[in-house]
Amino acid sequence: MAKHLLRFTVNGEYHELYVKPKRLLVDVLRDELGLTGTKRACNTGACAACTVLLNGVSVKSCSVLALQADGAEITTVEGLADGAKLSPLQRSFLDHGAYQCGFCTPGMLLSAKALLDENPKPTKEEIREGIHGNICRCTGYNSIIRAVTAVAKGKYKEK
Amino acid sequence: MMQDFIYLRANTVKEALDFLEQYKDDSKIICGGQSLLILMRQGLVSPKYLIDIKHLEELNYIKFASQEGLKIGATTTHRALEKSSLIKKRYPVLVDMEKNLASIQTRNWGTIGGNLAHGDPAGDPGPVFIALNAVVKTANKERERTLPLEEFFIDFFETALEEGELLIEIQVPAIPPKTAVAYEKFNIIKNDQGVVSVAASITVDDSGIKCKDARIVLGAAAPIPKRAKESEQMLRGQKLNDRLLDRAAEKASEEAEPFADVHATEEYRKFLVKALTTKMLKKSWEQAKKLI
Repeated sequence: MAKHLLRFTVNGEYHELYVKPKRLLVDVLRDELGLTGTKRACNTGACAACTVLLNGVSVKSCSVLALQADGAEITTVEGLADGAKLSPLQRSFLDHGAYQCGFCTPGMLLSAKALLDENPKPTKEEIREGIHGNICRCTGYNSIIRAVTAVAKGKYKEK
Repeated sequence: MMQDFIYLRANTVKEALDFLEQYKDDSKIICGGQSLLILMRQGLVSPKYLIDIKHLEELNYIKFASQEGLKIGATTTHRALEKSSLIKKRYPVLVDMEKNLASIQTRNWGTIGGNLAHGDPAGDPGPVFIALNAVVKTANKERERTLPLEEFFIDFFETALEEGELLIEIQVPAIPPKTAVAYEKFNIIKNDQGVVSVAASITVDDSGIKCKDARIVLGAAAPIPKRAKESEQMLRGQKLNDRLLDRAAEKASEEAEPFADVHATEEYRKFLVKALTTKMLKKSWEQAKKLI
């Protein structure tokens, strides 16, 4: 099958590469660009471990054809930190132990970021809704909600 | 494992229709692909040509005019419907429905046209839009046509779209005065598809007691979103009371043509239809009375 040119920006860096039409966004991020922070888990759109931001909104990268991201700006978990400086959400997740095995964490962070970008002062219920599509099989939801709440309350500023 | 396909990105509706005309049944439209990609990955759908209309801004709109009602372009996302202040004001049941449809990620990328064209009897928009008396506009290279949404669904995952035809727009008339529409689904995990769902619309007269019109639509209780027409007929023109609503719900359950799957038996689905229909009739009646 003829490959097509995919041009997109990932974490601020412009990329051009040729991909097969059936390649999913998660495959290209992980296997072509080496950004393995984005997790491939259920691969059926059920778990949201593969969540990334596409033009600022959260999507499941296992359920988007890579070519559909042509021209888009993507943010993966690697794009949250500024060098060694972690983002407020990342620091809060660390402080609150908002991960156990860590597999859902990249997706959780991006869902939380999408929520806070849209609604900087969410209620607890809104936080629950904001991450409800992301499954944590260690069931660490309460600490995740506490971590997001702390950021929403302004306890973690950008450094 | 997903089969390879030839990828065709349509930049205009005309281009999409040209591709459809050229490749007919060898092709499949993809928009958000939130359902289609799952089927393709399972090897259940293997198009030779995939026509991508996700980026068609021509079909990405929500418009309202008092005469013509609501018009939603096929590539409008679920999330856009959920967030629309216009829809929240005039069709609040659609916002309720969207908030409980899948995950935010899916609503951000999935589209209303794709959902309807997928033809899943457990989809949420089908029953709600049929209760709202919606019409769909389709087009092929030669002509456009409109048909009531309830005639759009033919069988499990089968719609009235003909070879070469594309779903263009969903049209919803203004909700008549003293009319309320309610929708709910029964599921085990919040925001999953409904094991059964029911949409009900009740129009009352000035007394708030007499039913001028009723529409009841069952989701996941037949191969298509199904109107419970005999049940509706029991209510039309009648003075409403709880006993009558219970009897109408019983009739709706008889009208269901449920299937059995991993979620529920046929009997259980019939039971759910009765319970949810009672609940939605009562809810829409209560809300309609407040509109007098």
